[in-house]
Amino acid sequence: MDTFSLELSYALDTFYFLMCTALVMLMAAGFAMLESGLVRSKNTVEILNKNVLLYGIACLVYFVIGYNIMYPADPVSSWIPGIDFFLGEDNTTEAVVAGGEGAPYYSAMADFIFQAVFAAATMSIVSGAVAERMRLWPFLLFAVFMVGFIYPVEGYWKWGGGFLDQLGFQDFAGSVVVHMAGAAAALAAVILIGPRKGKYGKNGEVHAIPGANLPMATLGMFILWFGWFGFNGGSELKIANVEEANAVAKIFVNTNMAAAAGMVAASLLARFMFGKTDLTMTISGALAGLVAITAEPLLPSPGLALFVGAVGGIVLVFSVVLMDKMQLDDPVGAISVHGTAGIWGIFAVLFSNPDATFAGQLIGTVVTFAWMFIASFIVLSIINKFFKLRVDEEEELEGMDISECGMSAYPEFTSDK
Amino acid sequence: MKMITAIIRPHALELVREAIHEIGVSGLTVTEVKGYGRQKGHSEMYRGAEYTVNFQPKLKLELVVGDDAVSKAIEVISASAKSGKIGDGKIFVSSLESAIRIRTGETGEAAI
Repeated sequence: MDTFSLELSYALDTFYFLMCTALVMLMAAGFAMLESGLVRSKNTVEILNKNVLLYGIACLVYFVIGYNIMYPADPVSSWIPGIDFFLGEDNTTEAVVAGGEGAPYYSAMADFIFQAVFAAATMSIVSGAVAERMRLWPFLLFAVFMVGFIYPVEGYWKWGGGFLDQLGFQDFAGSVVVHMAGAAAALAAVILIGPRKGKYGKNGEVHAIPGANLPMATLGMFILWFGWFGFNGGSELKIANVEEANAVAKIFVNTNMAAAAGMVAASLLARFMFGKTDLTMTISGALAGLVAITAEPLLPSPGLALFVGAVGGIVLVFSVVLMDKMQLDDPVGAISVHGTAGIWGIFAVLFSNPDATFAGQLIGTVVTFAWMFIASFIVLSIINKFFKLRVDEEEELEGMDISECGMSAYPEFTSDK
Repeated sequence: MKMITAIIRPHALELVREAIHEIGVSGLTVTEVKGYGRQKGHSEMYRGAEYTVNFQPKLKLELVVGDDAVSKAIEVISASAKSGKIGDGKIFVSSLESAIRIRTGETGEAAI
């Protein structure tokens, strides 16, 4: 390729990457709307505070250290990443126009910001599962360790070129590396803090605690879906030739197909099992379809993507019911959406990717789960020793908006005196 | 002077308002309330778990009428709020000691 073509394709790939980053960034809004819609109104401000602040903290921590752990310049071994801080220089024109195999084809800064919004998304998964009972600042303290260390380490094992990558573990955009990882951390937190008061009766009966604002939750679902085009599409990392442009287009088609199929499948199944059309299952079904296709959105035919998404929606419904049977209280279904559907997605890779092996997918999933769960459990337990993770009973009953934030989402009868 | 308190189905409000307007009742206070009577609650499912809606949404209407208008008011409220099914609501009538219009200081039936 001549210099002009190289520069142009570098510019185009970088531009595409940055646009996808912006799409993924908006997923923070999607999570915020989804979660605030599915909690009770007395915990609205608190869950919004968690969502907003975790995004900010994730970006800061990932900038200071997380990115360098996940993509170390000089790794210690395939298990242990190196330690480094902040960001290096961006690519020079000379390096780009040199061309050839090793030449960079998009901006290093664009890579950082794309990875940073992924790290924030991983943390957003946790906030939904611990909603309505985990205190704000202990949660945010956990976010520092999660985004600064726990997530980047397993990210290094796969995307940073560590041992899981060398083992042949295939996870295109992160069904396991991002979604199930977030769900595993969420599960550790849910086990430690226990269910919301009143969720489970003495004899194990399950009491529903309906969300306060379903229009908000619906908007959140669509924003997440919108952002997912960037999540999966951006993970192709390249668009500036016919083959890559076609690949990105196929990823968009497959991503959309899986979401649509997951939504319809979950909705129909819930209608059949529970008698009426539960909007929250419809919403979770779309997200489960998206999580399922994330492990391999490129190689499946659109028909196979539809199947992968539909099964994602179906396992979601059963997973939500099963979680309640085990008395693991997850107000927004984050562990089922991101964890259970993510595990299905990682094994569905076997249908379309000839490089994937059952053993590779299994080891990748088990290792990632074990690391995320155990590391999160230990860190959360230590935080719990110093600052209680859970709110007091009285504060929980009154709502965390007042006890943690001192305000209501929709204040009435206030006085300015 | 009587205070009429009517609990009605929310969607019956406009019909009731038109009916009492036609017989000359010039004021009405509406409150959104929840409660139960013979209609009791019903069970629904949310994410696979059952929950009971014990309190039905209703509207509480409060209006004050002169003694001679009470039976007519009850008649038209009943007629316009009635569907014939359980849950149509109730009408309570109580005596009212006094009424004062804040703007003018008028009292008694002149104030309603």
